[in-house]
Amino acid sequence: MASKRLRKLKEWWIEKAILLSGIFSVVFVALIFLFLLREGLSLFRGESVFDFLLGKSWYPISDPPRFGILPLILGSLLVTLGAAAISVPISLAAALFIAEIAPGRLKEGLKAGIELLAAIPSVVIGFIGMITLGPWIKNLFNIPTGLTALTGSVTLAFMAMPTIVSIAEDAITAVPRQYREAAIAMGATKWQTTWRIVARAARPGMVAAVMLGIGRVIGETMAVMMVTGNAAIIPHSILQPVRTLTATIAAEMGESVQGGAHYAALFAIGIVLFIITFLINGVADLYLHRSRR
Amino acid sequence: MSSRLSQRIAFALLFLATLVVVLPVVVILAIIVAKGASAISWEFLFTMPRDGMSAGGILPAILGTLYLVLGAVLFAVPLGVAAAVYLVEYSGDNRFSRLVKLAIVNLAGVPSVVYGLFGLGIFVIFFRFGASILSGALTLGIMILPVIITSAREALESVPRHFRTVSLSLGASRWQTIRHSVLPHALPGILTGMILGLGRAAGETAPILFTVAAFYLPRLPQSVFDQTMALPYHLYVISTQVPGVPENVRYGTALVLLALVLLLNLAAIILRSRFRARKKW
Repeated sequence: MASKRLRKLKEWWIEKAILLSGIFSVVFVALIFLFLLREGLSLFRGESVFDFLLGKSWYPISDPPRFGILPLILGSLLVTLGAAAISVPISLAAALFIAEIAPGRLKEGLKAGIELLAAIPSVVIGFIGMITLGPWIKNLFNIPTGLTALTGSVTLAFMAMPTIVSIAEDAITAVPRQYREAAIAMGATKWQTTWRIVARAARPGMVAAVMLGIGRVIGETMAVMMVTGNAAIIPHSILQPVRTLTATIAAEMGESVQGGAHYAALFAIGIVLFIITFLINGVADLYLHRSRR
Repeated sequence: MSSRLSQRIAFALLFLATLVVVLPVVVILAIIVAKGASAISWEFLFTMPRDGMSAGGILPAILGTLYLVLGAVLFAVPLGVAAAVYLVEYSGDNRFSRLVKLAIVNLAGVPSVVYGLFGLGIFVIFFRFGASILSGALTLGIMILPVIITSAREALESVPRHFRTVSLSLGASRWQTIRHSVLPHALPGILTGMILGLGRAAGETAPILFTVAAFYLPRLPQSVFDQTMALPYHLYVISTQVPGVPENVRYGTALVLLALVLLLNLAAIILRSRFRARKKW
């Protein structure tokens, strides 16, 4: 009897621990936001939110310092749009090929290859981009430096591709068989079926895939810091050096003083990034649920 | 244009696009192996760096990364597996479990540099762990939590429902059922997630920038409260911050890091496909 009671007690504790672990994910998201606020909000005692978001100059160590992150936002936006323009069509095409056309073995091989591409550390991709792509772009366009927004876009495009391909591929595979069978039975070719029926039915999942790919690009730090040249100025062309939100945090945190305005400003950039990715992931999740239904 | 011809052209274009996605893996690997292999030697792998990192080995960076990755997994695996058990075995589809799932999606989407800020704010400053292996490992651990939870969930969900009903009908309690008839069958899938988490943690730089990584520290860490060098940060430092580091040392460091990460991922891919092939149900 006693041992049974002991067992019951033990199981009660185990089940409570399991419940607690479930709660932890929610707690961590809340903690991340809270600690960003805790360190970052003090900036807005001396600075208006408006000046921070739309200020045109980022001179964190001049006297008086200027904390306008508009150049950084535009830098991130330019690099991200460029990366999306390159990666979205290529990735969606590759996803269609892998899901609908590639035969069994090739399909498994390609999926493994894409998983490996996703696994390459961003610092390695940045290193290769800096050493090979940078000089190439410099010579191609005959510009003073190869570390530009375009270099960042191309590098980041390759980092977005695995995300977009694998999620879009899942969505395409999830399209019911009957859709394809009905189209083929009506005399459509394989390509007509793929393009007009399957791709259309998988559209919400593809939208989610693109959004998550873009989310990854906006948050990418090391590669972008190594290849974009890091000039915190409002960009006028894609062939100029730019600096992104993420690279600014990574590059400047080491030289800021804990508790100072510069330090708080970097955390405030973190808040902006957190909110952007939170929204992108939330909306992408909605689309994914819609595609499953 | 006949529909047959347009199909041919379309398939060729899709195939080309697929090549563009997959080829970089081969190209990056080829470049790094070709230029980095000459740097790999006993001395490179097992001695301290010398002459401002331009000579000698990278032992402290390799060991530092191993410590960080092991610490992260030690923290994330129990927590992540328990969270997956909660979601699959206990919660059903209620409002709270949907909130948990949304939180996991968002944890996966938080930029790595924001994890760095978070680790700095909470572990380094608030808990006063300082820049240390402990702070870095915990930060990486929270970052890989979504990877662990997602794989563990998939593994648990792939165990057929009737394994549970049979166990329960024989009088086993809920926990006994999970412990003896569900978890053992999900183990390979959980292991796959663990290895993927290891690989992810080994390659990340931004989360360790402000929480643990030392620029140049040619000795081995003595405790979890010490700073340490780490492979990805070391590669960043010698390729952008320190002039005059020989090219093959840079490529050699990239090769060691890439080999570590890709081997871990390859192991996970193989383990997963074996597991799927062997399943009898």
